[in-house]
Amino acid sequence: MSEKRDNAPGSGLAPRLSRWAVSGPPLLFLVAFFVLPSLIMVVASLRYPGEFGGLAPLIAHTPGEEAGLTVENYQFFFGDWIYAAIFAKSFGVAALTTLICLVMAYPVALLIARSPKRHRNLMTLLVILPFASNFLVRVYAWMIILGPLDLLFSRTAVIVGMVYVHLPFMILPLYTNLEKHDPVLLDAAQDLGANAWQRFWRVTFPLSLPGIFSGSALVFIPVLGMFAIPEILGGKDDWLVGNMIKESFLGTRDWPFGSMLAIMLTVAVLAVAGMAAWLSRQGVARA
Amino acid sequence: MALLEIRNVSRRFGSLVAVDDVSIAIEAGEFFTLLGPSGCGKTTLLRMIAGFDLPDAGQILLDGRDLADTPPEQRPIHTVFQSYALFPHMTVAQNVAFPLRMSGKSPQDIVRLTRQALDDVHLSDKSRHYPHELSGGQKQRVALARGIVNKPRVLLLDEPLGALDAKLREEMQLELINLQRDVGITFVFVTHAQYEALALSHRIAVMNEGRIEQLDEPSRIYGFPRNRFVANFIGNINLLDAEVLAASAAELRLRVAGLGEVHAPPAAASPGQKGSFAVRPEQVRIGSHLDAPQRTNHFAGRVRDLLYIGDVTTYIVDLAEGAQFEALLPNSSPGRAKFFEVGDPVILEWHHDAGAFLRE
Repeated sequence: MSEKRDNAPGSGLAPRLSRWAVSGPPLLFLVAFFVLPSLIMVVASLRYPGEFGGLAPLIAHTPGEEAGLTVENYQFFFGDWIYAAIFAKSFGVAALTTLICLVMAYPVALLIARSPKRHRNLMTLLVILPFASNFLVRVYAWMIILGPLDLLFSRTAVIVGMVYVHLPFMILPLYTNLEKHDPVLLDAAQDLGANAWQRFWRVTFPLSLPGIFSGSALVFIPVLGMFAIPEILGGKDDWLVGNMIKESFLGTRDWPFGSMLAIMLTVAVLAVAGMAAWLSRQGVARA
Repeated sequence: MALLEIRNVSRRFGSLVAVDDVSIAIEAGEFFTLLGPSGCGKTTLLRMIAGFDLPDAGQILLDGRDLADTPPEQRPIHTVFQSYALFPHMTVAQNVAFPLRMSGKSPQDIVRLTRQALDDVHLSDKSRHYPHELSGGQKQRVALARGIVNKPRVLLLDEPLGALDAKLREEMQLELINLQRDVGITFVFVTHAQYEALALSHRIAVMNEGRIEQLDEPSRIYGFPRNRFVANFIGNINLLDAEVLAASAAELRLRVAGLGEVHAPPAAASPGQKGSFAVRPEQVRIGSHLDAPQRTNHFAGRVRDLLYIGDVTTYIVDLAEGAQFEALLPNSSPGRAKFFEVGDPVILEWHHDAGAFLRE
C-alpha cells in the first residue's frame, strides 16, 4: 500500500501544479460562495438587529444606539428551552422522514436495479418526473388530498409532504449503488447455502450502505431546513427550525437572530454528519 | 451407485440446444472434468448441477435422489466461480466462514473449520485481509477454501484458473490435485484448456455442441481419441482423410490421402469405410535412415519448417506423396536445438500400433 502511495502521481512538481490547476477553480468557487457567506452569517449572528430590520451598525452614530458585537442572540437561544425543543422536533421529523423514505425507496431502487437494462432509464425518468411540475403546486395538491381525509394541518400531513417531496432523493442514490452490485455475488451466496432473506441481509444490504448514507444525507439535511411544507400542510402551530429562520428574516425582521438559528442548524447538521461518519467507520472496522 | 448421476439431461434456449441428451455418472472422490470449447454446453451443465438452471428433460441425481426440487441453497454442492465472487465487504475469514454460518454451525466449529480450510490453501496469515487486498492467486485460494470448508458432496469449479497467468496456473494445478486428494471431495471441473484437463482429471468428458464426444481417462482421451473432433481438440495431431483397404484382427490397412498405404491398429471397420487417420507427432520417429523397415510405416520427405520450443523441437515435414506431417524430437542433449536443418531429406516412421483410424 505504502509503496503504491510513494509512486503515486502527485509527488513531483509538475503533477502537483496540474493538481492545483484542476482543483483550484472549484476551490475558489467554494471559498467565494460558501465560506465567505458563512462567515458573513457568523458575523451577522453576533450583531444587533437594525431598527427597521437588517443589521445595526458596528459603530454607534448616536449615543445610546445599539452597536458593535454581542452574544445575546446565543444567550437567548440557550436561555429558553423552547428553541431546543423546536430543534429536537425538527430532528425528529427529519429522522422519521428519512426512515420512511428509506423503507419506501429501497424496494423501488431494487426493482429498478434488477430490471432489464432497457427498462431502467424509463423507470428512473418516472422517479424524477414529479420534478417537472412546480414544487409548491405539488404541495398544494396534497392539501386537496389530505383535506377530505381530515389530516390537513397535522404532524402526519407534514411527514407525508416531506416524504413525498424527498423520496426521489433517496431512490436515486440507492439505485445507483444497487445497480453496481455484481449479480454473481448473490449466486455465490445462494450456492453456499443462503436463502433469500440471508442473501439480502448479508450481501445486498451491507453492500448498499454507502447508497443508504448518501440518500439519507440528501433527505435528512433538506428536510431539517424545510419551511414551506410545514407552513402549508402543518398549519401555524407546528413550526420547525426552517419556519423560525424564515420568520426571523421575513417576519420579525430580526436578522441577527435568524443568522444565529441558521448557524446553530449548520452546527447541528455537521455534528450529525460527523457522528454518522464515525459510526460507519466503526461499522467497517467491526465488519 | 454413482455419487452424481446425470441422466439423459437436455436443455434448450429457444432453438439452441445447449445440452443434448447428456448422461454422466461421477463417482465419489473423483476429479471429473468437463472439457470443451466455449459454447459447448459445459457451463450450462454445471449451472444445472448447482441448481441455477433446470433441465428441460432428464434428471440429475445425487446419491440416487433427484435434485429437481432442491433449490441451490439446499444442495450439498458448492461452486468456485470463474470470477471468484468473493464478498467484498467481508474479510478472508468471514468469506470462508460464510457457508458455515449459513448452515448454522456452532461458533467453535466455525472458527475451527475456517482456520483449517485456510490452512489447507496456505492462507492463514491473510485471514483478516479484505479481498481487494489480495492477488489473483490468493483470491483463487480463498474461493477454494470457501468452497470446501463446509464439506460439500460435490465441488463445482467453473474455469477457476482462467484468470491466472501461466506460471501461477501451473502452481495452482498442483495445489488443486493435492487439495482434492487431501479433502476427498468430488470435484467437477469445467475448462476449455485441454492441458489443464489432462493434468488434473481422473476422467474427462469432452463436450461439443451440447453432446459428449468422448468420456474416458486422460491418457485414453489423448492416446485414443474416438473421433476427429476429440483428436483435433486435444493436443497436436496429424490428421488425414483415409479409407479402409482391409481389416483383420491384427491390423487395419488404410489408404491415406497424401501418404499412401498405412498400417494401423485393429479397429471395428470394414473395407471401403471412409474416415480419418490420426497419429500424434511424438509417436512419429524422424530420422535420416530407416529403423525397422519390416514393421513400421515409413515415408520419405524433406524438412519444411522447425519450431524450437525448448524441451522439444517440432519438425514440419513435406512428404513425397504430398501430405504435410509433424514430428517431435526431444532435445535431450544440452545446447542442441535441432538435429535437422530446413531442406534436409528425412524419413518419418511409426509403429503399426501407433495412430488410429477415426470413423466419420
